[in-house]
Amino acid sequence: MSEKQKHASAYWKENIKYLTILLLIWFVASFGCGILFREELNAFRLGGFKLGFWFAQQGSIYVFVILVFVYVRLMNKLDKKYGFDE
Amino acid sequence: MSVQTWTWILVGLTFALYFGIAIWARAGSTKEFYVAGGGVSPLANGMATAADWMSAASFISMAGLISFMGYDGSVYLMGWTGGYVLLALLLAPYLRKFGKFTVPDFIGDRYYSNTARTVAVICALIVSFTYVAGQMRGVGIVFSQFLQVDINIGVIIGMTVVLIFAFLGGMKGITYTQVAQYCVLIFAFMVPAIFISIQMTDSVIPQIGMGSKVDGGAFLLDKLDSLHTELGFKEYTSGSKSTWDVFAITLALMAGTAGLPHVIVRFFTVPKVKDARKSAGLALLFIAILYTTAPAIAVFSRTNLIETVSNQEYTEIPEWFKNWENTGLIAWADKNNDGKIQYVAGEALNGKKPIYTNERGASGERLISNANSETNELYVDRDIMVLANPEIAKLPNWVIALVAAGGLAAALSTAAGLLLVISTSISHDLIKKQLKPDISEKGELMAARIAIFVAILIAGIFGIYPPGFVAAVVALAFGLAAASFFPAIVLGIFDKRMNKEGAVSGMIVGIVLMLFYMIYFKTGLIGVMDPRPASEWWFGTSPEGFGTFAMIVNVVVSMVVSRMTPAPPMDVQEIVESIRIPSGAGEASSH
Repeated sequence: MSEKQKHASAYWKENIKYLTILLLIWFVASFGCGILFREELNAFRLGGFKLGFWFAQQGSIYVFVILVFVYVRLMNKLDKKYGFDE
Repeated sequence: MSVQTWTWILVGLTFALYFGIAIWARAGSTKEFYVAGGGVSPLANGMATAADWMSAASFISMAGLISFMGYDGSVYLMGWTGGYVLLALLLAPYLRKFGKFTVPDFIGDRYYSNTARTVAVICALIVSFTYVAGQMRGVGIVFSQFLQVDINIGVIIGMTVVLIFAFLGGMKGITYTQVAQYCVLIFAFMVPAIFISIQMTDSVIPQIGMGSKVDGGAFLLDKLDSLHTELGFKEYTSGSKSTWDVFAITLALMAGTAGLPHVIVRFFTVPKVKDARKSAGLALLFIAILYTTAPAIAVFSRTNLIETVSNQEYTEIPEWFKNWENTGLIAWADKNNDGKIQYVAGEALNGKKPIYTNERGASGERLISNANSETNELYVDRDIMVLANPEIAKLPNWVIALVAAGGLAAALSTAAGLLLVISTSISHDLIKKQLKPDISEKGELMAARIAIFVAILIAGIFGIYPPGFVAAVVALAFGLAAASFFPAIVLGIFDKRMNKEGAVSGMIVGIVLMLFYMIYFKTGLIGVMDPRPASEWWFGTSPEGFGTFAMIVNVVVSMVVSRMTPAPPMDVQEIVESIRIPSGAGEASSH
């Protein structure tokens, strides 16, 4: 395996690791807090919101936006690390 | 000034702006026509993507739907924004690196098969046409309501406008027009929301106002919950769908939206993979502004609606109520003859829409012939909530007119993007790639323009004569995209071993299963069978949520079949290797 290919497969592995973590957060914020565990979370309150309801109609969306920007940052760093940036 | 005058002024000004941009950004080559020359900045691309993504449905219908569905409406909020995360993380950067114009291009090359390409073209056309028909209808509704013209004339005006700037500018013109349209639509959406938030709560920001206290000292959401309980509705913050069904619908919407061809094509217009990622992030930010405001509007308008109409004398009711009654989107039947509007849980009518007789009742209301015997006396069309909201809250006339201009911007931008995908599918994927490979660039550009023209005519006809099954087919479009495109693209990137046999059999099984379920439980077959009742749904999954099920089956079939058949050829495996690496993306090309 050439140097370049080794680089490429190490890059890909790290990329997959990031994706797994980010998609886990994606799942927990929407399907977890907003759907599966909303009854439990509704016992808590955030101002006038029941917490589970807040996650379903507000919180999950904020998490999504943050996730995508974190992804952009992580990937830009990763590109630099392996010399794939341009 | 009257609402009419304001509407003419604002709609006129925004349209002049769109035309100016279309003329300024005329397309000269196929590359400019398909992908705006590949030189659009991430910020502009982010705004254009957001305008593309947010259709008349997002702008006009979504807040209204949520206001009637309460918690259940969350499926749209999470589904349509969460799908964007999938798009940004799993698809956009890789498809940009792949560097062809269209989704069928990717499917065709990755699975080294013209059959796969053809299946993808057909899916893209079905999805796009379904959408565009809805947009045209939306344009018609807005024009007819605010400019007081017939709905069909509204559709024709909309067709002409889209035609002019799509025809001239192609992707380049559309992209820069969409940037302007995003600004108009988000301004138009936010202004009334902020006004009403200040009016009802003491917060300027609607997202916070929704969870604040109202004048009486109670929290707004608690007040709405108790209003709901009093009138026999389910609590607003609880909803009535089962947890599993909410889960399935949300996932199907997410995967379905991530697979929409008109949004994916957007990422071919930026210069580098890095820009594709960044513009996906910006686009989601721009989308989130509208999507977090919509549930606030839903709560405000729901509370306002109940407080304004419940147990009020019809003769005392505000003007907006009678205006919408005249357009056929509100109906009231005085079942107990007390002259007051009883608005409680339950359907007021037999059938979906009110059927008006041409007479007026004792209080001056339009009589309807299909009232049922339940206690509820009021029918309100869900689509009017956003349009009527400023009137219900007694906002100034220019705000009401602004909403009209915003609704038009939303509908037109999405329609233009979709029409471009349709014309590209025909001129590039079908003519250039399959029927006549030696066509000149000029010839291809001409074919693309003719295809747009024909597509607009067909879309307009759909808008004027909406087929009765439009609503069912729209839901089907998401399910189909989830069950077909989405797994094929994701597996094509993340599973190097995935081959032609696996992907094609997975797509076919997914689509067929989805079609079967939709026909069996939702549309029925005319003259053969009626749709089966909800009590027979498999595992309690609604047809809207079944895309999740079909998608899982697609993935399983693809995996199993691909492992039993030969690995894809070396050059295809090299394509996969190369799209995983961001550098050297070059420009999107047709060859």
